[in-house]
Amino acid sequence: METILKVEEIEKYYGHNSSLTKAIDGITFTVDKGEFVAIMGSSGSGKTTLLNCISTIDRVTSGHIYVKETDITKLRGNHLNRFRREELGFIFQDFNLLDTLTAYENIALALSIQGANVKEMDAKIKEVAGQLAILDVLEKYPYQMSGGQKQRVASARAIITEPKLVLADEPTGALDSKAARMLLERFEYLNEKRKATILMVTHDAFTASYATRVIFIKDGKIFNEIFKGNDTRKEFFNKIIDVVTLLGGDLFDAL
Amino acid sequence: MLFKISIKNIKKSFKDYAIYFFTLILGVSIFYVFNSINSQTIMMDVTERTDEIIRLLEQMLASVSVFVSFILGFLIIYASRFLMKRRNKEFAIYLTLGMSKRKISFLLFLETLLIGLLSLGVGLVLGVFLSQLMSVFVVNLFDADMTKFTFVFSSSACLKCLLYFGIMYLLVMLFNTFSVSKCKLIDLYHASKRSEKLKVKNPFLCIVIFILSVMALSYAYYTVTIGFSNLDTADKIVKPIVLGVVATFFLFFSISGLLLKVIQGMKGIYYKGLNSFIVRQMSSKINTTVFSMTTICLMLFITICVLSSALTIKNSMQNNANALAPADIQLTKSMYVSKAEGYTEEEITDSKVGIRETLVQAGIDLEQDVKDMVEVGIYQTPTLTLRDTLGARFEEVRKQYLFLRYDAKEDIMKVSDYNKIAQLYGLEEFTLKDDEYMVVADFKSMVNVRNMGLLHHEEIEVFGKILSPKYEECKEGFVELSAQHINAGIILVPDEVAREEDLKIDMLVGNYKKSSKQEKIEVEEKLLKKLGNTNIFNNTKIDILNASVGLGALVTFIGLYLGIIFLISSAAILALKELSESSDNKERYRMLRRIGTDEAMIEKALFKQIAIFFFLPLFLAIIHSIFGMLFANKILEIYGNEQLLPSILLTGLFLVFIYGGYFFLTYICSKRIIKDN
Repeated sequence: METILKVEEIEKYYGHNSSLTKAIDGITFTVDKGEFVAIMGSSGSGKTTLLNCISTIDRVTSGHIYVKETDITKLRGNHLNRFRREELGFIFQDFNLLDTLTAYENIALALSIQGANVKEMDAKIKEVAGQLAILDVLEKYPYQMSGGQKQRVASARAIITEPKLVLADEPTGALDSKAARMLLERFEYLNEKRKATILMVTHDAFTASYATRVIFIKDGKIFNEIFKGNDTRKEFFNKIIDVVTLLGGDLFDAL
Repeated sequence: MLFKISIKNIKKSFKDYAIYFFTLILGVSIFYVFNSINSQTIMMDVTERTDEIIRLLEQMLASVSVFVSFILGFLIIYASRFLMKRRNKEFAIYLTLGMSKRKISFLLFLETLLIGLLSLGVGLVLGVFLSQLMSVFVVNLFDADMTKFTFVFSSSACLKCLLYFGIMYLLVMLFNTFSVSKCKLIDLYHASKRSEKLKVKNPFLCIVIFILSVMALSYAYYTVTIGFSNLDTADKIVKPIVLGVVATFFLFFSISGLLLKVIQGMKGIYYKGLNSFIVRQMSSKINTTVFSMTTICLMLFITICVLSSALTIKNSMQNNANALAPADIQLTKSMYVSKAEGYTEEEITDSKVGIRETLVQAGIDLEQDVKDMVEVGIYQTPTLTLRDTLGARFEEVRKQYLFLRYDAKEDIMKVSDYNKIAQLYGLEEFTLKDDEYMVVADFKSMVNVRNMGLLHHEEIEVFGKILSPKYEECKEGFVELSAQHINAGIILVPDEVAREEDLKIDMLVGNYKKSSKQEKIEVEEKLLKKLGNTNIFNNTKIDILNASVGLGALVTFIGLYLGIIFLISSAAILALKELSESSDNKERYRMLRRIGTDEAMIEKALFKQIAIFFFLPLFLAIIHSIFGMLFANKILEIYGNEQLLPSILLTGLFLVFIYGGYFFLTYICSKRIIKDN
């Protein structure tokens, strides 16, 4: 399998000598093409910092992150921006849609900032919208949509540019359980049909159970890693719960 | 504690609202500069008569200052209300923490006080320095010699600044207190949650409104330019003005609705780069800012017109005064006046005596001081009025120029008399055959009126003789020394036609023998004193120059004063609006950055937005101004309009510096606001 993401011994420190916080303390892992990986951890475990470092929003203190062959810790300025818009797709907890634009325009924006051909845009948008079941809300504004619809529009925006890696930060965090289920089913679909590589951060075991692999993080280190393999989603969910119990329960009260 | 908070608040807002402080400081300093003109003349060598003009100028500027303080007052209240609104969330926090409304009011009071003191202090210092520069300009304007350079400080202007701005800040404090006492916690909380509702206007309706406004504007333009002659009474100008204002508003209203639709239709452009984002931003904003766009457009329009008219008048006046007053002194005496005109018996007797004899009687030897002396006569007859010169064309002319006095008696001169004057003035001389007449004039509207008659070879009867025109148009020329083109027409006739008993005015024109300016003034003062006891009127070049310089200065100062204040007010309103938009949209720019938009692309998008907001009103204002200036030109015809181009260029320079300066400042500050930290 082709490796899309390689994280090598990364560390991220906050503060100064006297009060040093190690948000990430030597994490190494790889993500292969077509994988759907969930990263779980309590608040303060460093999972969001990890995602921010991979998404180039934050910088690592030491270590390297490779997306395909590119070492993204070495990128600066506009190279960074280009990398971000061409190789990565983002899905945020709070959707981050532009409220002045319609759903269609929000999705188109991801293409236009790449300087994509206007003529090909429409077909692409319609195709992705079909896959995410948002064809009927394309002309609506964000304030006219439900949370689930908004998140699917954001997902469409993230994958329309066919990025190497889709990064999702608590994508179900602001959704009710029905909308969350619908979104995750779409993620599964995108993962299987479009072969999209997805890296998702969550603290919710149910959300994580849709992934093919779950990495657990505690105090800035990898605590455990489990694969779905041939399990059903239900079985995988139970396995996740077991690890969560093992992790000790100050979090995951969502269960 | 409260004091600490207010100082911190100011420091915090100083970064975001540098433009507000900048405008306040500018306002104070301009106010000071224009109110301290009087003290600036200390360093000049001015004559008594110039001094009078400066006193008049001071009075005029004082009353304009009241008007200016109203404009600035509105600007300050608008701006502070605007800044207050942006701080609703902060007030909500204070209130939930249990701070009383009285304390919040006091906090705001302290802030306003500090801002006021700061801006007054800095503004006054800046004003004092600017006024030193201004005095060089004043010296130049009055053609005076700078005797000594002294650093001038006008305590009266300073006190006035303190008083006027003190009142303005006091009003702001009252206003703030009022709005704090009125606000409810729940509203303050909701204010921070902006629910963006986009009202989409009906495009069809927009097109209809757009077409109607363009038509209304065209009609208004037509009325003040081509249809100018129909504007015979002052109240008729109100209609095109009101029409223009309303049409401007609806034009912006409809453009805001159409902009989106039109650009959206052009998919190639709309989906290119951040264009869709820009257009959406614009149309969401323009919906709410149609009113302020209109205000700003109209203020810019006034600025452009006031500035360029004022500069035109000033330039033309100085040039005209030299060209139109080519001799040093002109003495006139009314002849053969009658009881019917309201004269006394004594005056009637005196009016039978010629001007030279009167001078001799008064013991004045003009030859001693004056050379190149010429004596000429102007005749009038009740049988020759303006109406008579137009003959059969009268009805046609009256339809166009309703307001003329057609029964006024015409001035008539012997052609040889006129030639004497023309020779002295350096004007064209003429010859006439026995049955010919001609007209000399230089007041353009009257030239047009008279040409209608002359073109059709209307014959006139002068003292019983029928004459026909030699030329089909008026010839350029004048007799009276003046600062403007005011010769409405003098009819030149062959010498033998004129009859002595119809002499109306006996006139002497000449130059002083002395050549230096100072000596001329001395001679003139002596002479005029002696003439005071006679019925002889005088008209001198020195007087005309002084008056025109004074009037020119008056117009320039008031034009500059109002123009600059209007300009900074409108630019400041726009700048504040744009800055607050930028901080509202911070989150949107952050999102664009997160999905990987280049910094350059974002900056370009920001630039485009601010540019459109600054230049859309300016664009319409310039179109308005073209027609406004055409109109002003017709009104200012007597001053001559040959100096239009330089003054328009100068106005453009002001616009570029002040308006453009605000634009760039806004762009730079906005860029800083949307920067991700």
